[in-house]
Amino acid sequence: MADVFRKMGSMAINGIWQLGFIARFFWLILVYSGQSFTRIHLTLRELYFSGVMSLLIILVSGLFVGLVLGLQGYETLQRYGASDSLGTLVALSLVRELGPVVAGLLFASRAGSAVTAEIGLMKVTEQLKAMDMMAVSPIARVVAPRFWGGVISMPLLAALFSAMGVFGGWLIGVVVIGVDDGAFWAQMQDAVDFRYDVLNGVIKSCVFGVAVALIAVFEGYDCVPTAEGVSRAITRTVVSSALAILALDFVMTSFMFRG
Amino acid sequence: MSEPLVRLENVRFAYGERAILRDISLSIPRGKVVAIMGGSGCGKTTLLRLIGGQERAVGGRVTVDGQDVAGLGREALYTLRRRMGMLFQFGALFTDMSVFDNVAFPLREHTDLPAELINDLVMMKLHAVGLRGAARLMPGELSGGMARRVALARTIALDPMLLMYDEPFTGLNPISLGVIGQLIRRLNDALGASSVIVTHDIQESLQIVDYIYFISEGRVAAEGTPEAIRNSTDPFVHQFVHAEADGPVPFHYPAGDYATALVGGAG
Repeated sequence: MADVFRKMGSMAINGIWQLGFIARFFWLILVYSGQSFTRIHLTLRELYFSGVMSLLIILVSGLFVGLVLGLQGYETLQRYGASDSLGTLVALSLVRELGPVVAGLLFASRAGSAVTAEIGLMKVTEQLKAMDMMAVSPIARVVAPRFWGGVISMPLLAALFSAMGVFGGWLIGVVVIGVDDGAFWAQMQDAVDFRYDVLNGVIKSCVFGVAVALIAVFEGYDCVPTAEGVSRAITRTVVSSALAILALDFVMTSFMFRG
Repeated sequence: MSEPLVRLENVRFAYGERAILRDISLSIPRGKVVAIMGGSGCGKTTLLRLIGGQERAVGGRVTVDGQDVAGLGREALYTLRRRMGMLFQFGALFTDMSVFDNVAFPLREHTDLPAELINDLVMMKLHAVGLRGAARLMPGELSGGMARRVALARTIALDPMLLMYDEPFTGLNPISLGVIGQLIRRLNDALGASSVIVTHDIQESLQIVDYIYFISEGRVAAEGTPEAIRNSTDPFVHQFVHAEADGPVPFHYPAGDYATALVGGAG
């Protein structure tokens, strides 16, 4: 019995240590971020790899989520004779929740894992140490640009995801099922508030961007420099990012949308 | 100029509880090529990391060009490192950059030279290692020996005063091995630099270096010029030079009694 408590205690202590390491690492990234903006091509390159390369999966997933929302939403709403509100339902679900959260989950598995793998492999092949020996800080040159690339691309991807989703909902609702086109858009414009709905969704996606990018670069930089270590780090990136996104989403939702 | 470039005085180092270096004193004179030899895991690479300031000694002093490495702040350490070059075991080339960009990396990071001048400098460095023709290749397209030569070109890009080599001969065919050996010697003399080679390739080292230190169990076990080492009667040096399996360096990793381990089941 005492053993169980001892284990739980040491797990808790380890967790707190880990949080401390991440916080210190975050601080270092911020301190060494100057180059990411003065030499903007470093960040642009990562923006391309994290953002542009994730476009396809984000757009296609957004479309499918929108299609499903259209079908399910119509099916439920028409029971109450409220099928004209389909636009509202689709837009609010996407802008407030599904856009940031699903785009964040996809982004973590597509771009976050790639960043972790790249930094981890650079560590395995001693590229980070070599850079440090050349008097070039790996945090400034390798980590910070990848962090900012992720932070900047995440809200953009979430916005595109939502836009594709709305388009998908319209495609099913208006084009296929035959909901009134004018009502679909008018109800949506009426019900979706820019400040309350859109802006809060954007804030969410920014927070998810910071969380995923920070976890991805930290796990890569911190990994055990072996093949097994890198593969574990990638798994940890995807798992911790998903948990962080879902937990942060609950916390933010409970502050933002209390009616 | 008689003051050696690098000096280690009674240096001790440990990873946690495990002592790696117990008491090391050695020096690297200016203009010379010095080899540090010893079995695997005896702390040779740690020595380079101490000189480069990537690790800090538990006790003793490491000075490079009169500066106490452990006492330097980040800025001062980076300033010192610009005058040091380190060649990693497998080159550590940046895999997302071409050969040209790899060699240009330190020049672009630390100087404001115009692109044409950087181009000329990179071509000169690549020419010195015989790989001017490979400038446009990516690191993945190079053989092990070529990768190490490119890394060497990158290491000398800023004309360092101190060159450090971490196992430069590992995993090379005899021709590449000879080429790297000759390059180490020639570049040292041409740049007026000083070099430290950490290696266990005794035969190649004997041909190119000026002085050899043997490290065993965290201490300097033997030292001398290649001539002296060849003729040494020290049992440790003899075992190493003649590649004998057993001797002062035991074949067996320290273990309990063999019979007990077999009869008792779990070792």
